[in-house]
Amino acid sequence: MSILTKEEAQAILKKVIGFSKADQCEVTLSGTSGGNIRYARNAVSTAGEISNMSLAVSSSFGKKTGTATVNEFDDVSLEKVVRRAEELAQLSPENPEFMPALEGQTFEEAITYNAETAAMTPDTRAEMVLKSLTVAKEAKLEAAGFLENSNGFRALMNSKGLFAYNKSTNVAFSVTVRNHEGTGSGYVDQSFNNLNKLDTLAQSKIAAMKAVGSVGAKAIEPGKYTVILEPLAASDMINNMFRGFDARSADEGRSFMSKKGGGTRLGEQLFNEQVTIYSDPMNPDLPSSTWNNDGLPVKKTVWVDKGVVKNLSYSRYWAKEKGVAPLPFSRSMIIEGGTQSLEELIKSTEKGILVTRFWYIRSVDPQTLLLTGLTRDGTFYIENGEIKFPVKNFRFNESPVIMLNNVEALGKPVRSGDLLIPPMKIRDFTFTSLSDAV
Amino acid sequence: MKRRNFIYLTGMGAAAAMLPAIPVWGNEIPIEQSLEYVDPAVKKMLSDVALNAARSKGATYTDVRIGRYLNQYVVTREDKVENLVNTESYGIGIRVIANGSWGFAATDKMDKDGIAKAAELAVAIAKENSRLLTSPVQLAEQKGYGEVSWKAPIEKNAFEVPIKDKADLLLSVNAAAMAGGADYVNSILFMVNEQKYFASTDNSYIDQDIHRIWPTFFITKINKETGKFETRNSLSAPMGMGYEYLDAKPEHKIQTAMGVLYKGRYDMVEDAKQGAVQVAEKLKAKSVEPGKYDLVLDPSHLWLTIHESCGHPTELDRVLGYEANFAGTSFLTLDKWESKKFNYGSKEVDIVADKTQVGSLGAVGYDDEGVKCGKWDIIKDGILVNYQAIRDQAHIIGLDHSQGCCYADNWSSVQFQRMANISLQPGKKPLTIADQIKNVDKGIYIVGDGSFSIDQQRYNFQFGGQLFYEISKGKIVGMLKDVAYQSNTQEFWNSCSAVCDERDYRLGGSFFDGKGQPMQSSAVSHGSATARFNGVNVINTGRKI
Repeated sequence: MSILTKEEAQAILKKVIGFSKADQCEVTLSGTSGGNIRYARNAVSTAGEISNMSLAVSSSFGKKTGTATVNEFDDVSLEKVVRRAEELAQLSPENPEFMPALEGQTFEEAITYNAETAAMTPDTRAEMVLKSLTVAKEAKLEAAGFLENSNGFRALMNSKGLFAYNKSTNVAFSVTVRNHEGTGSGYVDQSFNNLNKLDTLAQSKIAAMKAVGSVGAKAIEPGKYTVILEPLAASDMINNMFRGFDARSADEGRSFMSKKGGGTRLGEQLFNEQVTIYSDPMNPDLPSSTWNNDGLPVKKTVWVDKGVVKNLSYSRYWAKEKGVAPLPFSRSMIIEGGTQSLEELIKSTEKGILVTRFWYIRSVDPQTLLLTGLTRDGTFYIENGEIKFPVKNFRFNESPVIMLNNVEALGKPVRSGDLLIPPMKIRDFTFTSLSDAV
Repeated sequence: MKRRNFIYLTGMGAAAAMLPAIPVWGNEIPIEQSLEYVDPAVKKMLSDVALNAARSKGATYTDVRIGRYLNQYVVTREDKVENLVNTESYGIGIRVIANGSWGFAATDKMDKDGIAKAAELAVAIAKENSRLLTSPVQLAEQKGYGEVSWKAPIEKNAFEVPIKDKADLLLSVNAAAMAGGADYVNSILFMVNEQKYFASTDNSYIDQDIHRIWPTFFITKINKETGKFETRNSLSAPMGMGYEYLDAKPEHKIQTAMGVLYKGRYDMVEDAKQGAVQVAEKLKAKSVEPGKYDLVLDPSHLWLTIHESCGHPTELDRVLGYEANFAGTSFLTLDKWESKKFNYGSKEVDIVADKTQVGSLGAVGYDDEGVKCGKWDIIKDGILVNYQAIRDQAHIIGLDHSQGCCYADNWSSVQFQRMANISLQPGKKPLTIADQIKNVDKGIYIVGDGSFSIDQQRYNFQFGGQLFYEISKGKIVGMLKDVAYQSNTQEFWNSCSAVCDERDYRLGGSFFDGKGQPMQSSAVSHGSATARFNGVNVINTGRKI
């Protein structure tokens, strides 16, 4: 019941719009169902399933908008929710940034749904976790992990004739494998729209290998080092940068994209020439919705081309203020890379540090995007093209903007969370202190 | 919502662009609907449906939480009300033990059939997962309380205050900041009401009504010539209070040479006015010389250091490894506690857990597994003496009862061990903020919280702040910027040399302490009086891009 087809969703939305007496009405209908298992100390700890569906109606009179929602779908309930939204709109203050609803749009059919993933059950999850536990137990290590799957749909209709529908599936898996003494730790983290791309056994073996390999870490002096960031580590850093691609905050002078003396850094060479970043909802390895919450079509967009900032995102309001076309932001970003494997990047490194992932990253200075955080779950010293020994974790203070200027080489991109991102070799990465944490 | 997303949405540059799509915790509802309350008799009847259905399928223990979670937020910038959101989330979460394993299912279909199906699903999940166990769940004994209730002792229900009054307050906050020379100001009022009903096969039926409020703002000032900008965030604390928190009397204000600080209540307009002056000072402040300084830390700052470096490492689930895959483990391993002589801090350091503290975010009568809440020592005279535990962990530290630290952030989330209010106790000798500053030769006085980061075992941390004042030879000599301190938890707390007395004791806290998978947010307070830490490493965070 929680997951409606396009036709079922459209029928409910049409009925709701039919009840509207407001100047304009916009209705969103969405539902999800999914489950999860959490395990630790080599045994299941908690597990659950949840499903829900709800409908939100936004009614506007002039520049006044009210929103109400409901999770019952009979005619009486649907009419009631429209009346409630209309009452609330009358009580609301005028929004000077109000934007009229969009006319009908054309959207590409997204590729975010996979039937097998949608069909996952408690039994499928238990089987997948069992494989992970087996790896840890056989190696006399200890696993703590999390597996979660979801299946959802979202549909939008307004009184000007716009209709959009999308359904998607997702499965996410992460595991931390540690030795019993607590002196070694390894981690993997993957998510896909398609269950068949996820191999919990192989992934758990990588985490176990890192757990064993990180035992006996040596302390080396903090300072500036050449680092090789695995895709997970690179995405931990780069993910913190994308919000800066908002045109309004850049125009207002309060982002790293703001220019001294006013204006934005659009068109500037802000990063190394090897850096190209774009979003594309139709990329088969990183599919995403082809429309955003406003009902705007989302299309392939180049944000950075060979280090030059090519686009900033504009909300509909800010685009109107600035006389440009609105450009939706994307959470799913693709960072281009090269063809080298992680091993090849290591082989070409005379002296450096290999970083599995970062942890507890926080902004220190929004002006320069300076971030602090720590390495975690496998940090290694590289000399003459080889991993020599594990090192103790570091705290870093570094800006992704500075980091993307210090690119030595980029490897082959892989999916990490909402990014397709290559392993990165970066010079002069700033570690500021040591941590005893394992 | 994740804490950092919330902070970002409300405080940072992209706020305006993202606000219309502000994520909600539940369904949006008309304002007047927030004032309805579901009859406990109805909730008892629905709970019994779940308890009976689970028992008939073979559950050996079941608890049921029926939750109605109300949120209201009013969001403004400069002279505009940007968003006004009223949400409700209502449903049931059923947790069972079957074949020795936990199972959980949640639904918003609140009819008998929907509830019974969810209960059956919870049992099925437990049975399925029992093959992944190493030993069965072992629950500490808990007597049933029968039908009882608890209400937060608020004076004025924030949901009853007209929206217009709230919008007017925020617009006058913004006007005060703009009149003081700010370039931008975002302000927000965030109100929460949790109506929670708990029932279990131990024969408890507990009805609770909990209120929280958080007024806050973010002021930005830009120097157009240099392109530099600075922000000054509100010095308010989120509180377990009603709208009375915004009614500050003279006795709630601590006057210092640097400005007014707030104790128990908050004057938002006044703070915006002084914030506008201070943000301009920040733009002109001297960049800090890195090195060792004696730090004097205000409670509006220190709460976060306590939260990260004491609250988290003394959570028993972290110590045992249940959080290893996300938040991490803890350096405070069981052997350190068993030794009874692990020097967490200096003799000045007494840290107490308290789930009953009036006005705190974590105050409840009973936790989310039906345990009556209390107060206990965590660090006594600098020594680690206890942890924070729930029913299925109590036996591991030899307790015959839970400490009442179980919490779920929604009916749809499974409850687990969450942090109690963890607070540094005030010093026993009379000592004021002025005395603290007078006694320092080379130091920095830090007010308000800023950037925060700590490793997964809670050894190495780095904290920023809102306002940094240089202390030289017992006097404040000016403002500093680009300040962050880095330390190791044990070293830091052993460098604590003086804590102001109880007159200065104040609460800080967070609405968004994140933990667990799927991640859940919990609200928690941390009290302290202004405290001094000697010889802490300060770094300079200024960079050029």
